[in-house]
Amino acid sequence: MAVSGIVLLGFVLVHMIGNLKVYLGAEAINRYGEWLRELGEPALPRTAALWIVRAVLAGAFVAHVVAAAQLTALNRRARPVGYRSPRDYVAANFASRTMRWTGVIVALFVVFHLLDLTWGTANPKFVRGEVYDNMVASFRRVPVAIAYIAANVALAIHIFHGAWSLFQTLGWSNPRLNPARRWFAAGFAAVIGIGNISMPLLIVTRVVG
Amino acid sequence: MDLTLRVWRQAGPEVPGHFETHEMRDVSPDMSFLELFDTLNERLIAEGREPVAFDHDCREGICGSCSMMINGRPHGPERGTATCQLHLRKLPDGATITVEPWRAAGFPIIRDLVVDRSAFDRIIEAGGYITAPTGSAPDANEILIPKEVADAAMDAAACIGCGACVAACPNGAAQLFTAAKYAHLSLLPQGQPERWTRVVRMVREMERWFGSCTNHGECEAACPKEISIDFIALLNRDYVKAQLRNRALAGQRG
Repeated sequence: MAVSGIVLLGFVLVHMIGNLKVYLGAEAINRYGEWLRELGEPALPRTAALWIVRAVLAGAFVAHVVAAAQLTALNRRARPVGYRSPRDYVAANFASRTMRWTGVIVALFVVFHLLDLTWGTANPKFVRGEVYDNMVASFRRVPVAIAYIAANVALAIHIFHGAWSLFQTLGWSNPRLNPARRWFAAGFAAVIGIGNISMPLLIVTRVVG
Repeated sequence: MDLTLRVWRQAGPEVPGHFETHEMRDVSPDMSFLELFDTLNERLIAEGREPVAFDHDCREGICGSCSMMINGRPHGPERGTATCQLHLRKLPDGATITVEPWRAAGFPIIRDLVVDRSAFDRIIEAGGYITAPTGSAPDANEILIPKEVADAAMDAAACIGCGACVAACPNGAAQLFTAAKYAHLSLLPQGQPERWTRVVRMVREMERWFGSCTNHGECEAACPKEISIDFIALLNRDYVKAQLRNRALAGQRG
C-alpha cells in the first residue's frame, strides 16, 4: 500500500507540475506533451521512456488496488459482527475513515480521465497532440469540470491520510521529525488539490483558455 | 447521581444478544464503573435474576481484565484509564450509558460482556519471550542500557493486554498490542538474538486472528496505558528488515 502509494504520489505531483504549463499558453504545454514522447531519445526509441513510466504506473495502480482489496477483506473478517451502539471516534479522522470511498472515486475518475484526455473517446473535439485545445474543450463542459473538481477533492482527502500513513507503514518514525509528517501530508494534499482544481475551475469560468 | 444503563446481555457464544436497560438511582459519584456493575448485580441477584457477567480482577488498572465498550469508547471517555479506574463523577448525571463487549473475530463473546482474549496469548507464544540462561540471578547493571532505551522499553511494557486497541480499531487490528509486546523485548540487549524471528512470528500470528493497520490512530487514543503508535512504526520497520537483510550477518538468529 505504502510503496505503491509513494509511486502514485510521485506521479500525481509530476503530472500536476506538467499540466500547470497550461497557464504558460498553448505552445508551452504542447511542447511539454511532445517532450514526454521524446523523453529518453536518442538512447531509447521515441515514446519508449513514456511507455516504461506508464507500465510502472499501471503496476503501482494495480498493486494499490489489490492491496486495498486484501486489507478490506482481512478487516471485514476481523470484525464480522460490529458494534450495536454508535462508536465515538477520537483519533480516526474523516480522511482515514473514507479511504475506500475516496479511493474508488479516484479510480473511476482515472478511467474517465484517460477516456477524456488520453484516448479522446469521451471528448468529441479531441485532437491528438493538441494538449491545450483538448483541455480547454473538455473543461468548458460544466458537468465535466464539476467531475474533475469533485474527483480532485477526493484525491486531496485521500492524500491527506495516505501521505501521513505511509510513514507509519514503512516505519519511518522519529520523535524529532514526526510532527512534520502531518504537515507534509497536509501540504502535499493542499498543493495537489489546489493545483489540480485550479485548471478546470479557471477554464470553465473562462478566466483561462 | 442517577444513570440509565443499557447493558449487552448474551447468554452464550452462539445465541443472539440484546441490550437490557437498568435504571441506576442514587448511586455514589465516587463509585468506580465496576462498582456500578457490582451494585446492579447485587440487585439482580436479590431479584433472583441472572447477574451481568463481566471481567475484572485487580481493579487498580494493571491487570487488563476489565473490558467494556462504554458509549462507543473502550474503557469509556477518560483518557489513559481502564474501566476499573473510571469513576462515575466523570459521567454526566442522568446520562444514558451504553455498555457492550469488545467486538472482534479474535475476541469471541463468552457471555454478556466477557470475551475470550486468548488470541493475545497465541501472539505472545509466537515470539513474546527471550532465551536466557536460568540459574543464579545475574548482577544488576551487568549489561549497560541507556536510560532512554530502558524508558522506551518500559513504556511498551506498560501494556496490560486488555484488548482496548483491538476494540477501538475500526479494522479490528491488534498492531498496538503486538508492537508493545514486541518492542519491550526488542529494545533491550537481552531481546536481540531473536529480534527478527520474533517480529516475523508475532506478526504472522497476529494476522491469523486480527485485522490490519491502516493508521487511524484510534488504538493509541483508547489505550489505558497511552502506548504510542511509534511502536507500530518500529514493528513495521523491523518486519521489513527481517525480510530483506541477511540475518546471520546482522547478528540475528535465522
